[in-house]
Order: sequence, then C-alpha cells, then structure tokens
Amino acid sequence: MSTTHSRTAGKAMISPAVILLFLWMIVPLAMTLYFSFQFYNLLDPVKSFAGFANYEYFLTDPAFFEALGNTLIIVIGVLCITVIGGTLLALLLDQPMFGQGIVRLLFIAPFFVMPTVSALVWKNMFMNPTNGLFAFLSKLVGSTPIDWLGHHPLASIVMIVSWQWLPFATLILLTAMQSLDSEQIEAAEMDGASALSRFFHIIVPHLARAGTVVILIQTIFLLSIFAEILVTTAGGPGYASTNIPYLVYMQSLLQFDVGGGSAGGIVAVILANIVAIFLMRLVGKNLDL
Amino acid sequence: MARQVTLNRRMVNTAVAWAFGLLIFFPILWTILTSFKTEAEAISLQPSLFDFDWTMENYQEVNSRSNYPRYFMNSVIIAFGSVILGLIIAVPAAWAMAFVPSKKTRGILMWMLSTKMLPPVGVLIPIYLLFRDWGLLDSRVGLVFVLTMVNLPIIVWMLFTYFREIPGEILEAARMDGASLKSELIHVLTPMALPGIASTMLLNVILAWNEAFWTLVLTTTNAAPLTQFIASYSSPEGLFYAKLSAASTMAIAPVLILGWFSQKQLVRGLTFGAVK
Amino acid sequence: MGSITLKQVAKRFGDTEVIPPLDLSIEDGEFVVFVGPSGCGKSTLLRLIAGLEDVSDGVIEIDGKNATDLPPAKRGLAMVFQSYALYPHMSVRKNIAFPLKMAGMDQAAIDAKVNGAAATLNLGDYIDRRPGQLSGGQRQRVAIGRAIVREPSAFLFDEPLSNLDAALRGNMRLEISELHQTLATTMVYVTHDQVEAMTMADKIVVLRAGHIEQVGSPLDLYREPANLFVAGFIGSPAMNIIAGPAAEAYGAPTIGVRPEHMELSHDEGTWRGVVGVSEHLGSDTFLRVDVEGVGTLTARAGGEFPARHGDTVGLTPDPERMHRFDANGLRIAG
Repeated sequence: MSTTHSRTAGKAMISPAVILLFLWMIVPLAMTLYFSFQFYNLLDPVKSFAGFANYEYFLTDPAFFEALGNTLIIVIGVLCITVIGGTLLALLLDQPMFGQGIVRLLFIAPFFVMPTVSALVWKNMFMNPTNGLFAFLSKLVGSTPIDWLGHHPLASIVMIVSWQWLPFATLILLTAMQSLDSEQIEAAEMDGASALSRFFHIIVPHLARAGTVVILIQTIFLLSIFAEILVTTAGGPGYASTNIPYLVYMQSLLQFDVGGGSAGGIVAVILANIVAIFLMRLVGKNLDL
Repeated sequence: MARQVTLNRRMVNTAVAWAFGLLIFFPILWTILTSFKTEAEAISLQPSLFDFDWTMENYQEVNSRSNYPRYFMNSVIIAFGSVILGLIIAVPAAWAMAFVPSKKTRGILMWMLSTKMLPPVGVLIPIYLLFRDWGLLDSRVGLVFVLTMVNLPIIVWMLFTYFREIPGEILEAARMDGASLKSELIHVLTPMALPGIASTMLLNVILAWNEAFWTLVLTTTNAAPLTQFIASYSSPEGLFYAKLSAASTMAIAPVLILGWFSQKQLVRGLTFGAVK
Repeated sequence: MGSITLKQVAKRFGDTEVIPPLDLSIEDGEFVVFVGPSGCGKSTLLRLIAGLEDVSDGVIEIDGKNATDLPPAKRGLAMVFQSYALYPHMSVRKNIAFPLKMAGMDQAAIDAKVNGAAATLNLGDYIDRRPGQLSGGQRQRVAIGRAIVREPSAFLFDEPLSNLDAALRGNMRLEISELHQTLATTMVYVTHDQVEAMTMADKIVVLRAGHIEQVGSPLDLYREPANLFVAGFIGSPAMNIIAGPAAEAYGAPTIGVRPEHMELSHDEGTWRGVVGVSEHLGSDTFLRVDVEGVGTLTARAGGEFPARHGDTVGLTPDPERMHRFDANGLRIAG
C-alpha cells in the first residue's frame, strides 16, 4: 500500500543495513572457507593448497568429538535447567505477594552481569576447593569439599551459564504468563479443571510461543559460549570443557594454525546452520510478521 | 479482576519468592559485600555476611593499580558508539520495513535474525587477520564497527516491532501535510518512536557492554574494555578475592542499574516483539 | 478551484484488479460521497486521488491540470483519516500548525490561521492539550482543523465518523455539512453508511467491486436505482426485492418495493401474511411480514399501528412507486 516513490525510498533506506550485514557475513565467511583449504600457519606465512586435509585433521581429531559433545551438553543442559526452572519460577512470581517489583529485580540481576565477571566470581569465590563458599558449606555439613572445576568442569560451566540465563527465561515466561486472560483460567475452573490440569492445558499451551523464543535466543548465545570457558577452565582439564568455539579459538589464535582453525570455523557454521534451520522453522510459525 | 487471596497465602508466597530471589541474587550480593572486606577476611575460612570491618581500600587499590578509568571509558565508548552507529543505520531500515513493506521484507528480517546464528568463530580468523593488516587490532574504532554489526540485527528487529505499532495513517497524514521524507522521519516518526528508540538503545548498550567474545579476542590493552579488565584477574590475581570483587562490582554496577530500569523493555526487545 | 476528473483510472495490486478503469468527474464545490460495502474499492479510490497510492493506468486531473504523478503534498488536497491520524506528540495547536510549518509559512501567519481555525471549530478550550487527552469528537475536530488551515482545493474524508458513537456521529454529520455550506469547497467523502451518504451528499457514487454502479443525487438514487444492487443498498430499511410469480404479475422478472411504499391494513391487501416481528419506534412501526409465495417483506406503518406477532395483515404495493428490474438486475425504464 504505497507509491512507487515511497517504495524507492524504502529500498534506498534499507540498503545500508542489508549491504553492511551482507558484507560482514559473506566476506569473512568466504575467506574462512578459502583458508580452510590452505596449509597456513601464522608463524610461517607461506600458504599452500591443502585440499580437505584440514577438515580431515579437524574432524578426525578426538578433541573435535569431545568438543562437539561438550557443546551439545552445554546447550541442552542449560536449556533444560532454564526452561523448566524458569517456568516454575515464573509460576511462583505470578502469585500475589508483597514486594513483587523488588523480587523481580533480584531475579533479573544475573542477566546483566558481564560473563567474565560471573565466571570469575563463581570460579574463585564459590567453586574454589579451599576458600570457596561451597567448600565452606561442605565442611559445615562435614563432607569433603569438591574441586568443582577440576573434577566436574562441564557441569560447573553449565551451572554458571544457567545462573546467567535463568533470569532471562523466567522474565520472559513470566511476562507471557501475565498476558494470559484470567477469564480463561476462571472458565477452566468453572469447567471443573484441577490446578494441575489448568497448568498443563491452559498455561503451558499459552507459554508455547514465549518458550519457543526463549529456546531460540538462548541457543544462539549458548552455541557460542566462550568467555566463561576462557576464564574458568581454559577448556581443560584436557579437552573436558572445550566446546567448538573454544577449540577453534585455540587452534587458530593459540596454535596459529589458520587453516585448521578455519576448517573448524566452517564446521561450526555448518553445525549452527543445522540447528538454525530447525529453529527458524519453529520460530517462523511463532513470530507473526 | 485480580483474584483475592487470603493473607496467609500471600505471606507464604512472599516468603518463598523472596527466598528464591535472594538465592539467585546472592552471588552478586556476596561479590559486593566481599569488595568491602580486607583480603584476609575475604578468604577467611569462617566467612561472615555483614559482620566485618568495612573498608574502601580495595577500590582505591584497584583504581590506582590497574587504570580502571581507561577500561571504563573504553567500555563506554565502545558500547555507546556501536549502538549509536547501529541506530543510524537501523532507523531508516526499520522505517522501510514497517511502512513500505514488500514481499521481501519478511525474508530480509528472517535473514537478519539468521546472521545472529552465524557463530563468531566462523568469521574470527579473517576478521582477526584483516584487522591486523589494517591496524585495527586493539583499536576502539575496530571494535565499535564489529559490535555494530553484531547488534545490528537486534537493533533493526526491535525498532521494527516498535515502528510497526505506529499507525501508517499518521505518516500518510504528514505526507498529505506536505512533509518531505526527511521531515516525516525527523518531525513525526522519531518523536513518536522515541520511547522505543530509547529502550532499543538501552538494551543494546547492555548487550554491547557485556559482549565477551570480540572484546576479548580483538583487544589487549589500548582499546580493552571492562570485560578484558576482569579477564585479566583470571589468575593469579583472582585469588585476591576482595580486589576481584571490587573490580567486578565496578564493572557490573553501571549496567545493573541501567538494566533494572530497562527490564520491561528487555522482554519485548530480546523476544523480537513476540512477547510483550 | 477544486474540480477533480478521473479518466480511465485503474488500480491493480499485483495481478488483482481492485479498480477496473473508471471515469468520474467531481465539480468544484460539490459534496461527493463514495459509498459501498467494505472492500468495494472506495477507500482505494480516495487514496488514488490523494496520491497515497499510484494509479496503475489512467489520468487524474485536479483543476484541469494533470496531477497523476504529483506527490500528495503538491496536489493541494487535505485529508481527514478514519483514525484521525493526529500527531500524538504535538499539542492541538502544533498539530494544526504542522502543514503550515511544512509549507514554510512564517510564525505570525501560522498563529493567525491556527487561531482562526480554532475559533471556527470551537477548539479554544483544548488548544494546548495533546490528542491523547481529547475525546473522539474533539479529535475529529482537530483533524478537520488541520485540514482547513491549508485552504485546500478539496477535502478528502476517509470514513471519518466510523469511530464515533451514534449520537456524536449525528452531530458531526451536521457539522461537516455546515462546514461545507460555509467553505463551499469540494469535499469527497468515503463511507459504508448509506445514511451518511443520503444526508450529506450532493452527489453519491455507489461502488461495488471497484465498479461504479450509479452516480446521482441522493433522491435520484432513491427514486430510480439503476440496478438491484443500488436498489438494495440505498434506503433504510432496505427495499423489498421480490422475484417469481408475484413479480411477474407486475410485468417484470424482479420487482422492488420500498417498505414505505406499501399500504398496510388489517383487513385486506394484495399480499396477505403473518407478522413475525414488529419494531415500534414511536414515529414509525416496521413489520416483518411472512407472505406465502412472496417471501418475508418489511413494511412501514404509522407509529401507532397496532400489530403483534402472529397477526394477519394485508399489504398493498403502490404500483406507481414500484421498481421493475430485468433478468440481469437492471432497471426497466417506465
């Protein structure tokens, strides 16, 4: 519904954003693709064609499978904790209470904490086996303190990241819950639905859309978790807490293997695309345009 | 009609919710408290919550030793710079999508969202090498550009959802009233969308402030923002809990306060308008 | 000053033809109403005249000059929108001043004009308020004020009263008619409400699916509807349309009889039937009568005509005021 004039203006105004984003995406991606077929080390600037050798090296490296598994564990673990925990907490916060506004602020706070800060605070002040608060609590109940990051590095990271994202899930699910027409609940009550069936038949379907969005946004960020690993375990011990992004980072910027790192980068892109295709179909249905 | 519940029920809800709230908030509270302890008290094997000698020495120490103001300024410049640049690019784009939509609009929006799914490591090496060749490594300009690109899809999406709520008839009225495209954007659209633009800005400043991939891999000292400052406490200084806490408190306080103000818009913004 | 001529104007959205090529001329100073059911293309036609949409084919002339490719602002027209489209962040005064400011008029002249418009429309009391603080009727006045100050060669109204309640709608209808008397400027008015069309128009354009079904004065359309569609659309309550043997008795495949053109009696009549519903309005009584072999007819009786559900009544149409239509639904002259 518009004139040729405004459509032309529209194209002109949308172009800078589209062109810049396109360049930002396509130029480096093309270069990564090119490097991935080269033997290229930053310490030895002579490049030579490698064929699929970098891919072969990267994909047959046991570290790759470990990193792939770790990536999935982080994404799925954090999603489960935050979505289920978030739903329950949202249900709690939706109840009538005193000081709801302040409680909301307490709940949302961790989301605003810089990833490097939360990782370091958890690492040192909570999970440290001698001086950490968890160690203190263990000793209080008479058990041996656990070396969280040493013995359960992946679980620890899942825990830290969940703490960061739980507020996000809670807040969004709470907002969705509050938009539920209370007459619907009352009608269900009149129809004789118990509290449990009201939850599963009315509230949960109403939350589906918000839940989809929570999963989408979190997956985007969780696939690329980096800072939390860098400052807590540096991927270790061994590769026990290395995910794909961290593996690529190590390969390219710590071992200066541009070719190998690029192959890893392309693999990460392909994996993300598989997840993305799945997610976009989910989201396309749930976001009205 | 809000449902009436008994006072008892309300008290129980309150107690449970506050307990969970404090539990979740506790790590932040603990960090803030520890920042006022002496190092000895901070690592004490008998930690105390409030009962200690409050001191400001950690803040003084952190400030004098690590040049905190420079990191802080870098964070401010990078976060605000990237968001303002992003808004300049995104406002016209979102205008076009909201008011002159074509068959391609939906596709473009979905494509923009999908660029967010491109893992940063997929483009890490070329960006690193290009920045090295262009002398942009460890520069604020380079980082502003990168973060603009990283947040642009979210900025466009957020603005789009806000603009979409402005009735097209008002812009048409302006057109009938003789406004050029420029005056239409400046005198009519922007003032009407100001609350939306402000919350878009706020949320993206927070995201840029906390961005911890590009800020960590592309900076070392000159352009390093607070994320890098904290990462430098990784070890062995991290064992100085009180100083770590003071530095952390200073790094998170500004966004924590901004974030508390923007929490209502946060939901809408981060869900691309799907949840309001 | 203010004549508008459409020559073979057509509008297509992609492959869908919303308005097939049509011709229409609007004289200077005329109050023309486009009326039709929703989706008939009346708003699109108005937007084509405004320049908010491009025509796909044809020529639009304003004051004899080709305006087909002029941008909206250059056509010298003012528009009042259905939602009023006031600028929410500006006071009433600034809203009205906006078109003048865009035209680059100096502040003193702007003030004078705004004050003049405010006086005409009784906006004085809330001139410094924001649109959000105004009632529907007040907003409507501001929108009109914003249109008048530009001294356009024609006003375009897009269903301006549809967001008002019934009582206010009646008042605003009068006010707009009075405004037209005072300004004597061309007005093009779009509505789906035939009452608005009948009461305000000098000339009514009845549209259906982008086609002009008939153009004429309200009474022309009432007396001589060109086809069944216009016959059914103009007049309230709607004309009774009768087909079959009952119509053939009057020499046409289909006939139309307005409720007010039938004689009602308790004793006898051409058609006898049973009263289903009777609506007593005080001034009139409308009866829904089931007549076997003819159908359900609406008839108007005097305000105090005694009739109740189940009564048998007789209806006698006035053959002089009966409308006859051929098999294609077109009026049979006569």
